Amino acid sequence: MSEHLPILQVVVPLLAGPLCLLLRHRLLVRGLATAVPLACLTIAGLLLHRVQQVGAISYHIGGWAPPLGIEYRIDLANAYVMVIVSAIAAVVMPFLPGHMGSAMVRRREHLFYAIFLLALAGLLGISATGDMFNAFVFLEIASLASYSLVALGRHRRALVAAYSYLIIGTIGGTFFLLGIGLMYQMTGTLNMVDLAHRLPEPMSPGTPGSRTVLVAFAFLAVGLSIKLAVFPLHQWLPRAYAHAPSAVSAFLAATSTKVSYYLLVRVVFSLFGAAYVFDALKLDRLLLPLSIVAMFAGSTAAIFQTDLKRLLAYSSVAQIGYMTLGVSLASVTGLTGGLVHLFNHALMKGGLFLAAACYGMRLRSSRIADLAGAGRLMPWTTAAFVTGGLALIGVPGTAGFVSKWYLVLAALEQGRWLVAVLVVASSLLAVAYVWRVVEVAYFADRDAGAHPIKEVPPLLLVPTWILIGATVYFGLRTELTAGVAEAAAGVLWESLR
Amino acid sequence: MSGLPPGMILVLGALALPLVRGRLRQLLVVALPVASYAHMLALPADLSVGAELFGYALEPVRVDRLSLVWGHVFHIVAILTAIYALRVKGATEHVAGLTYAGSAIAAAFAGDLITLFVFWELTAVTSVFLIWARPGARSRRAGLRYLVIQVASGVLLLAGSVLTYLERGSLAFDHLGLSGPGSVLIFLAFGIKAAFPLLHNWLQDAYPEATVAGTVFLSAFTTKLAIYALARAFPGTAILIPIGALMTLFPIVYAVIENDLRRVLAYSLNNQLGFMVVGIGIGTELSLNGTAAHAFAHIIYKALLFMAMGAVLHRTGTIKASALGGLYKSMPLTAACCIVGSLSISGFPLFSGFVSKSMILSAGAEAHMLVLSLALLVASAGVVDHSGIKIPFFAFFAHDSGRRVEEAPWNMLLAMGAAAAICIGLGVYPQPLYDLLPYPVSYVPYTTAHVVTSLELLLFAALAFAFLYRSGRYPAEIESVNLDFDWTYRRLAPRAVAAARRRLAALHAAAARRLDAARRRLLRSLERTYGPSGLLGEPWPTGTTALWAAVLLAAYLILSYL
Repeated sequence: MSEHLPILQVVVPLLAGPLCLLLRHRLLVRGLATAVPLACLTIAGLLLHRVQQVGAISYHIGGWAPPLGIEYRIDLANAYVMVIVSAIAAVVMPFLPGHMGSAMVRRREHLFYAIFLLALAGLLGISATGDMFNAFVFLEIASLASYSLVALGRHRRALVAAYSYLIIGTIGGTFFLLGIGLMYQMTGTLNMVDLAHRLPEPMSPGTPGSRTVLVAFAFLAVGLSIKLAVFPLHQWLPRAYAHAPSAVSAFLAATSTKVSYYLLVRVVFSLFGAAYVFDALKLDRLLLPLSIVAMFAGSTAAIFQTDLKRLLAYSSVAQIGYMTLGVSLASVTGLTGGLVHLFNHALMKGGLFLAAACYGMRLRSSRIADLAGAGRLMPWTTAAFVTGGLALIGVPGTAGFVSKWYLVLAALEQGRWLVAVLVVASSLLAVAYVWRVVEVAYFADRDAGAHPIKEVPPLLLVPTWILIGATVYFGLRTELTAGVAEAAAGVLWESLR
Repeated sequence: MSGLPPGMILVLGALALPLVRGRLRQLLVVALPVASYAHMLALPADLSVGAELFGYALEPVRVDRLSLVWGHVFHIVAILTAIYALRVKGATEHVAGLTYAGSAIAAAFAGDLITLFVFWELTAVTSVFLIWARPGARSRRAGLRYLVIQVASGVLLLAGSVLTYLERGSLAFDHLGLSGPGSVLIFLAFGIKAAFPLLHNWLQDAYPEATVAGTVFLSAFTTKLAIYALARAFPGTAILIPIGALMTLFPIVYAVIENDLRRVLAYSLNNQLGFMVVGIGIGTELSLNGTAAHAFAHIIYKALLFMAMGAVLHRTGTIKASALGGLYKSMPLTAACCIVGSLSISGFPLFSGFVSKSMILSAGAEAHMLVLSLALLVASAGVVDHSGIKIPFFAFFAHDSGRRVEEAPWNMLLAMGAAAAICIGLGVYPQPLYDLLPYPVSYVPYTTAHVVTSLELLLFAALAFAFLYRSGRYPAEIESVNLDFDWTYRRLAPRAVAAARRRLAALHAAAARRLDAARRRLLRSLERTYGPSGLLGEPWPTGTTALWAAVLLAAYLILSYL
């Protein structure tokens, strides 16, 4: 059984999705949908443990040996990502509309869970697979499922948001596929390990294929940048996250961009190798300034938003900037910073969106101005929001501090003072947008005529606080996050050769 | 238990306060600092606890003679203030005060820069609630300004720590000296909290806006923690001498013309810090002992003065010098305690300020620094005028304001009485204090020369006050007596100062208007770009993103051909 864990990781949610359609009965579907992410989390945990013990695991689907057969290849980096994805899925489950009592979806609850589980399967598949085309297929599964999840938002504007997400996401997917096609043309293989071995030959300058490989890389990088919402390709993100159901925003913000980030670093470091990407292609010359602009533009835009979910979405754009900054610093420390931030940002943004979901449930609005008085009336939710906000700022004792510490360290290692200063300075912008929420929640009084509100039930508070508590826990205990991220960064850096 | 940093009992225990009510809470409020003090006393001397975080060697607990001085006095004042604040309703102030005290104590025992930074920021975050606990927009805004500056100090400290680590490969919080950019940043971080000139405004801005007990808490910890940090990392740094001398001098003018008596005390707090900074700058064993001793004595008597003014505010509802006076009839015990505090801060023989401040003065004289010694003498005379005489005189004597109030509540009196007893006790018998000091003490405070010098100083300063007060009061403007005090006092200041102040104020107002307009313009233009309907705040059409994707693709390709 245990040798089949890599495939079970993906197949369990993939089959559970259609199973929801067959079961239809509300309680059965809910039970299944709650159990599957927990099972995924267990599997991911076991895989991470095993990988830590014995190193990378290679699983041959159907017994067909790679490079002809499809290979699932689990190493520290993707085991780490899969733990995050399945943990977030398990935590947001109580927030899904069936439990939230949203009338629109209640009658077709089973459909909703089916899509959700398919999205989960897609995200886990991207992480687990060792085959580029397989990765593309799962990327499309995850994306299509996400578009439909976004479309389920309360407002009709969610439909427009989902539509534009669909168009932009498809462009990204197409670019990615073009990149894979070009690589296949030059090497005749789709397997990642095999690609890593064969690419150097056409890659070397002067050979006839070198330009094709270069174009392939550019397509892959831009395609993934769209999926990852790198500035200025981020515009689908605020719209999608603002209009999606809050729990879906929490899930997507915490997982979808993270998986794309993983795929990007896998392509950059494992397939092409840092030497090629940074010396020959000079990826950092473009990505570094874009990351820094993202940090500032995203945070500044967040300051001026009037909608809580939009604010969090723009803050995500800025946080993605920190992650790509880690890549573009082109060092193991920088990559560690990026990976730690991947984990930490998943926790804090997940927690913050869940807090926003709690507000949304009671206030029936996500406007910041409507939060007046929430500090007193919904103390636990607001406390969770504030703690998550502190983590976003990067206050020591929270997870956000750890990732920024590594990023600053990586910048200073290379003597890039300005970058280090900018990382710290942009954190100050986070103070401003977090404070805007705190000020309204604690210091403004609720209108006398407004409908009464009270704290949300523990069913919703507990998951929120699990994520928020984790940001504090991992801010103090860094062995799991920073330790694993450092090792994973090492694994990625080594490349697959 | 020895792995637990001292003060953590306070930080963690205080979090339980909201769970209990009534008597039990009151009991806990006093028991926590006592338990924490007992925990500290039980620690072995020269203890060092190591730990590792992200692979860096840290030292969360380091007990030595220097940190113990601050450990003792921080605990004592925490107990006194807890008693003083005993009858405060609501848990916020208690929780904030005790966690604040606990984190300051823990910071004093931090052996590495990261631990120091964590508690440094914790003091900022916890203490701001002492300001916010006072209702009203004024204190909310003052608290916010305070928080921003305190957090900025922490950020500087962190940046400096990282740089120091890169320079030296060690995070140890020991002698740093001004060498390299890292230590300069750390120096600035300490300087903000120690209220160096030009970095000081947060202190006078925020302290008078806190609650009655909050101000007492605030006066004790933040700035003295910074003094400790300076004494630890920068002893003998020459630049501290002029900084400190300036600190002793410039607040005098402000303290003399200020009407809010708690703000007067905030200015005099700044002036007292100057003496300690000078002591650190001189850097001899005697001067460092003097700094430690003065910090010890100062924390107690300054807390006592703030307690007395707090009691006045508590009973009368105002703390304006022009609205007070004659309170000795209704609050005799508070007045007596206040006078003890005033005599201490003035350095009157037989009171605690005398035995500590004279050490710094002697150290300055021994180092043959004539200008410095004169400056410190002038400053000492200034202290007598603004804190020694002005505070008790305007609050309790002067013109009778006609207010008849109750004496302060018993718990406030108890706290003030205990503090006053410590002031007198240390003044009469300083040996226990001297035994605590980091270096062996051979200093004798009560020599004829010391006593005569300070008595002369005190008497002439008092004479100057009496003369100016008398002569200034002659003009017959008796109808508005309350304003009259203010008016006479300002007349004493040279007219030039007043004129310059007016002109400066006008300039300042104009500059502020212009800055404000510029700020509004900037915000408007930012909002145009980033706001929900701005270029970067509003999602673009899908086509634009597609265009950008093409542009980026082209950029990648062109870059790789270059």
